[in-house]
Amino acid sequence: MGYPHKSHAKETAMLSKHFGNREAMSLDSWKKLGGYKALETALGMTPADIVTVVKDSGLRGRGGAGFPTGMKWSFMKPSDGKPHYLICNADESEPGTFKDREIMRWTPHAVIEGCAIGAYAIGAETCYIYIRGEFTEPLERMEAALREARAAGIVGKNAMGSGTTINIWVHKGAGAYICGEETAMMNSLEGKRGNPRIKPPFPAVAGVFGQPTTINNVETLAAVPHIINHGASWYAKYHRADNPKSTGTKLYSVCGNIRKPGNYEVAMGFPFKDFLYDLCGGPLAGRKFKAIIPGGISVPIQTVDEAEASPMDYEGFVAHGTMLGSGGVIVVDDAQNLVKFIARAARFFAHESCAQCTQCREGTAWTTKIVERIAAGDGSTEDLDTLLSIADNMTGKTICVLSDSCATPVVSGITKFRTDFESLIKTRHRHPVPVLA
Amino acid sequence: MSAAHTGTYTPVFVGERKKQLDDLLTRYPTKLAALLPALWIVQDATGWVSEDGMVEVAHALDVTPAYVKGVVTFYTMYHQHPVGRHFIQVCTTSPCQICGAEEVRDAFLKATGCEELGVTSSDGKYTVIEVECLGACGFSTPVMINEQFIESVTPAKVPEILAGLK
Repeated sequence: MGYPHKSHAKETAMLSKHFGNREAMSLDSWKKLGGYKALETALGMTPADIVTVVKDSGLRGRGGAGFPTGMKWSFMKPSDGKPHYLICNADESEPGTFKDREIMRWTPHAVIEGCAIGAYAIGAETCYIYIRGEFTEPLERMEAALREARAAGIVGKNAMGSGTTINIWVHKGAGAYICGEETAMMNSLEGKRGNPRIKPPFPAVAGVFGQPTTINNVETLAAVPHIINHGASWYAKYHRADNPKSTGTKLYSVCGNIRKPGNYEVAMGFPFKDFLYDLCGGPLAGRKFKAIIPGGISVPIQTVDEAEASPMDYEGFVAHGTMLGSGGVIVVDDAQNLVKFIARAARFFAHESCAQCTQCREGTAWTTKIVERIAAGDGSTEDLDTLLSIADNMTGKTICVLSDSCATPVVSGITKFRTDFESLIKTRHRHPVPVLA
Repeated sequence: MSAAHTGTYTPVFVGERKKQLDDLLTRYPTKLAALLPALWIVQDATGWVSEDGMVEVAHALDVTPAYVKGVVTFYTMYHQHPVGRHFIQVCTTSPCQICGAEEVRDAFLKATGCEELGVTSSDGKYTVIEVECLGACGFSTPVMINEQFIESVTPAKVPEILAGLK
């Protein structure tokens, strides 16, 4: 539902059905709403069967990468004699994205149920929910819900009387965007600086504490109980007629220069044009959309034409010059000059770079300096070529993709909105050039 | 010479907080994994993470103080020096920037008497900083004051918010 707005008839409210409903927070009312039935069912199945159901549902990672969840789970080798770990990634920090926050605030037990099913399916006795430190309210809600679930014997030793141990702990982050990257998150959880690790080894082989680990996003795990309750084919039926590769529903966080910002949940393949104008109310009075970023600030900026032609699923956005990413829709209108917006985005990445790779440490810093210089009216046309050259050196060359993410808005901004840059360069402040004797 | 060496430092991990740390240690297979939570306990108890606090955490978890400092300096939420009683973080990342976050930031700077970002007001009451994406972009501008998360702040609401602080 379009929280904080009323649900729109065209939405498919699966995960967001209870947003804004204080009743849904407590264990008692959650059970009345059908909560923990899926966990009970799952504990009566074999882990392999759960993995198969999730595979067949077509569920893909909702954190940004879109990797098939069932396949990720199948990488965890059963009975290898090692302790397995599940980490629920709740370090939501991608600018434009605030969906996991609402899931945790309003339906903490949905997250716990998804974690418990996931942990059982991959043979993990321990699950950590890594929540960013700034999310004080979601942290409290999750802690409170976990206390209830432990006291009721839903999680812990002998979860729901099944004889299976499923311990779930909240781990509070301390302010670092990069810790949302899965290998950085594992280092952070181990009590280290949040530097991403080189892969391989992949987490399923040697993850947190050197043991087999799976990391799933909050929204991904929260979808799992629905799949267990209603079946894989029920979930898979939510897709665009000509594209069965993206299934289910997706939560989109909408922000920026738009009439009704908030969280909306639609079935895969929903037309982005209807979404922007019908569900979200279109542009502010007297304004027009200028640029749209559909998946968090790390994905390429779309022109309005590209956005209006996009079906909202993994393949649909790729076909129109961008990516679904985390589903963080940022809308920029014609009152804005994109250069300032991009300069602030670059500053974000420069601030959040862990600085272990040279291309990222230097690239994010220089990109910021140059784009800020242009925004201040001191840029030159050559600066645009310099920026594209730096961006090229920042793409595909580092341990993680933070560097690529900084280059993305710069490249798509310069190629698609060059006039915004040029208008600032044309009005360049002329500083007197000292004459050398 | 730090206070820990001169004997003026008051240890954090005693009584209830020692129990809290012991309980944390049961959740992880290594002692080191309790480092971030332990630093949170220190900051909650003392308002910041001092060098002496780092030494105490290091001893409790069998690592060197230098290692602890390396971790502390990586994460932005641990204060490495005392801050104002009300620590005000205004989100100014791009999505909030285009919705007027910079005006909110300036309104806080003006109303608190803090002359610039990161500088504590002369009465010790306020510190204002810019923070990177608070993850509430649809409720711009989100502001965090200590543990309190406030949505949809506008410059006009700033005086009322400050008046409501204890």
